[in-house]
Amino acid sequence: ENADPQRTAFLLRKQWTLYSVTPMYRFSSAHLRHYARLLSAFIAAEKQKGLAVEIGVELDIKVAVSSLPDLKGSNQDQAAILVQLSSRSPASQKNSEEKLIWSGWFCCVSGDDFSQNIPEDFTCLPLFLANGAECYTSIVGSWFQKTFDCLFRRLAISPLNLSWMAAMWTGCKVDKTASAVELVFSVPRLPQPLDISYAIHPEDAKALWATVHKTPGEITQEEVDVFMDCLYSHFHRHFKIHLSATKLVKVSTAIASAHCEGIIKFLQSQYLTGVLMLLTELAISQIQ
Amino acid sequence: MWRRHSSKTQKQPLQVHCKNQTDLSAWRKGGRTDPEKSVQNNQSPGDQKNDSKQDSFEQALSYFEKVQDHVSLKKNSVLQKHLTTVESIALQRGLPPEGFDVLLNVALSGKLADTVNTRLLKSLIPASVVPETSVVSSVSWLCVGKCSGNIQLLFLRWLITIFDFIDHKEQLHALYGFFFSFLQDEKMCPYVCHLLYLLTRKESVKPFRIRRLLDLQAKMGMQSHLQALLSLYKLFCPELVTITLPGKMKTYFKNSDGPWKAAINTVRRRNQENSPVSQPLFLGTAQPQSRKRKWNTQLIIPASSTNKNNLKEDKEKNHVDLYSTNESFPVEQLQTFSQLLQNISHLEFPSQMGSVLTNPLLLHYMNCIKDESIYLRLYYWMGQTLQEECTWCTADNNEYEEEFKDFLETVYKTECFLQEGFSSCEEFLYKSLPLWDGLCCRSQILRLVSWIPLSSFSEMKSHLYDPLAQLFFTSSLYFKCSVLESLKQLLQNWLNWHIINLDSESDSQFHSLNTTLSGLVNVVAELIHFVGWISTVALRLEHNPTFLLYFILDFYETVCDMYLRYNLPLLIMPPAGVFYPALLSMDSVSLNQLCYIMYRYRTNLVAAKENELTKKKILQFKFSSQTYQEYNQYIIAMVGCLWTSSAFQKDVHPQGLHMDDELLKKTTVQEFKTSFNIVYHPAMMGYAVLFLQQAWPDDTTFNFSLIKGKKWNWYLEYLYAQGLKGLKVFIESSINRVSQASRSKAGNVQV
Repeated sequence: ENADPQRTAFLLRKQWTLYSVTPMYRFSSAHLRHYARLLSAFIAAEKQKGLAVEIGVELDIKVAVSSLPDLKGSNQDQAAILVQLSSRSPASQKNSEEKLIWSGWFCCVSGDDFSQNIPEDFTCLPLFLANGAECYTSIVGSWFQKTFDCLFRRLAISPLNLSWMAAMWTGCKVDKTASAVELVFSVPRLPQPLDISYAIHPEDAKALWATVHKTPGEITQEEVDVFMDCLYSHFHRHFKIHLSATKLVKVSTAIASAHCEGIIKFLQSQYLTGVLMLLTELAISQIQ
Repeated sequence: MWRRHSSKTQKQPLQVHCKNQTDLSAWRKGGRTDPEKSVQNNQSPGDQKNDSKQDSFEQALSYFEKVQDHVSLKKNSVLQKHLTTVESIALQRGLPPEGFDVLLNVALSGKLADTVNTRLLKSLIPASVVPETSVVSSVSWLCVGKCSGNIQLLFLRWLITIFDFIDHKEQLHALYGFFFSFLQDEKMCPYVCHLLYLLTRKESVKPFRIRRLLDLQAKMGMQSHLQALLSLYKLFCPELVTITLPGKMKTYFKNSDGPWKAAINTVRRRNQENSPVSQPLFLGTAQPQSRKRKWNTQLIIPASSTNKNNLKEDKEKNHVDLYSTNESFPVEQLQTFSQLLQNISHLEFPSQMGSVLTNPLLLHYMNCIKDESIYLRLYYWMGQTLQEECTWCTADNNEYEEEFKDFLETVYKTECFLQEGFSSCEEFLYKSLPLWDGLCCRSQILRLVSWIPLSSFSEMKSHLYDPLAQLFFTSSLYFKCSVLESLKQLLQNWLNWHIINLDSESDSQFHSLNTTLSGLVNVVAELIHFVGWISTVALRLEHNPTFLLYFILDFYETVCDMYLRYNLPLLIMPPAGVFYPALLSMDSVSLNQLCYIMYRYRTNLVAAKENELTKKKILQFKFSSQTYQEYNQYIIAMVGCLWTSSAFQKDVHPQGLHMDDELLKKTTVQEFKTSFNIVYHPAMMGYAVLFLQQAWPDDTTFNFSLIKGKKWNWYLEYLYAQGLKGLKVFIESSINRVSQASRSKAGNVQV
């Protein structure tokens, strides 16, 4: 919550695909510009397999690697690292505008327990978020894997974690008129895919959560279960469908929206680090 | 520059002449005193022949040294003769080092016709080495361009082929720039690239050269020879250039061995010398990128490539590492064990540790370098890969079972090589076994189980034994045997680890494992009890098949010797559910195995008791009296069965054979007392029949009672001769033959 909203605003309202990343070996935030040069040559070489590329010359795709010091949970956390690819239009050579085509960032928000236990040579930035064509994710990811001996894995979000998100985010205060809480369920084992969308007025959802939630600052699994069960029984009363037999695939609230395949969209900058903390935890549990 | 060279070559001949002569005679002597051939050839005739050949070769050389311009081959029989001499000598035993200077000079000077030059170049087959000086002077001939394009090409191809035979390469390296300038010749370019590829060192890579190569690339497009050279430049200076090779690339240079390779090999074989082997150099063998699935969800063990990341870093930190990185040996070039030994001090691990799995040389290196970060990098990579690829843990992975199998196989082989288990693999097993169906990748998974590291980890039961037992009881006989086999391996691996650990107890690195002896004893005991339990159940479920019994007893062959062979103060007797089925088995193999095991138990227990008595001090670990008691109960039963025919009376084991006489009479079996001795035992009766047939060939009544007294001893000898070694050591150790007739049997038998 200490982040300057201006400086992280560009992360909002974009779909980010989530990955977990094992600790990076001999990564140093002192060499970001050097990494950008190497990466941009690597991208050029990858795009034209077989032709060698000189490092440091102007290329079609510009790479910027920078640090995002605002995205931290505690002082032990590594500063987040942002990678941006932008293309230069070949038509107007010089002062042409660069168009951002892909971005991705590594971060670690309150991952102390994990990062404290790994040796000095390793950098712990277990959560990676990418926006843009997958071919670029693949090239950038491969380069990081080759250079820092780490491994990327898609980070899926289980229905259990999605229901936690639903409960937690429902209870958060938002300034403006908030959008509805929407839960999407998918019915398994049907010849045709069938999704059920369940939208609840944010105030109603908040009121329900308030009756379930007891101790401020602490949420229990039991509370989350009760909250979801209430929503399920309400739905059953109206539609005679047991949502508990379906799979929760997506949660959208005013704070953020999350899809079980590991896609997230941040909507409120004041809750950005809070959501990232949860995602960092999920990423760490996947690599441990 | 070149002028100096040429004037030198012009002036040189006189001196060189003398030198050649002396050297040549030395070479000839060497040839003559060379063993085998001359000895075999009965000295005189062969020797003379050799001598005359030698002389004609010397004449040929001096002819070529003085030959004038434009001698026609067709019209000049002298030239023809000398040329043939050179060719035949070359093909037969190769040319001496001194011959190259003369022949290269004449072939490249353009004095003679191209047909002659070609024949001369083709016969440049080294017997031992090629002197660097002659290569250098031929390069200067190349620079003046006196010879035709074809000869130039042929020379380059020759140079590439014999590159490893050149005695020194320092001056040749100094000519790097000359070779580089030949790149602009379109025909020579591929060969020059190959040559440069062989010559390039880190200091040869310069920005202006890279730019030149990139210009060439822009002009000529994607050429494999340019790609190869540029990849090598990238290897040495990753901060200057980068290239991604298409996956299907295999060879970078066309086969330029030309006419020499086969001849060189023949000559070498004939000379039986250890000349330097020319080795093809391969470059960053890009793994074939197979497929399709989403990014990073395909199983690829990375290829070894140099850690480029360090280069820059160390330069900036500017500390001691500087010199080591400058000279660091690229892992891509690591091909042989001797290279590993030579470069071990400036070798670096590849940028992706996963690549060591397919590289035995790096595994050797890994064994020497104990560094936490090495294992941690491998741990993360392997742990994630196993989870991601596991066919039964991740949905939609079913199609990739073969691939996953191969991967598990590779991991297992690596563990065998390193003689230690990976903790990432252990964690993977604990996570995935509860979900495993027992079919998928069966043998791979079970083999990996055998490398679960020994630790004082007490949750083995819930993580390993429980899921394994469930599968064990519900699966086929074959599966049961496989599980027993892998648990035996597991036990042996632990015991080996323990014995090595004992040897290096002072070594600090082992203390970190935090295993006390009592912890270790408990973990091993737990495993043995588990195997005893599942074996008992399995024997009942499957109705005591010999096949299963073999695997069970095989396990106990390790268990019964733990004290003496592995110095572990622990002995556990097999449960009655294993002992009695083996004792009453229908098969002599099982009975013999059991006898051997009981003999080893006895030896171990006696040794333990002796140690206890002699050392007098209070040992930390003593076998419980229960172990001795169990052993004694079993031995009474065994001796009662096999020897004294008193099993039904003497057996005191609660689950044993003890039966009332009344009950036995009701069975109406006659002679029930003797029915399990070594003559009547169902496993032994076959031997008894054969013995009777041999001892009394005419008797067809099969009167087993004839086997007694002296015949009993003959029968025993007969059994031993049939390979029942276990029975032999058992009877010799556990049965007191002297007092055989008296009543004291069991007393002596007990420990």
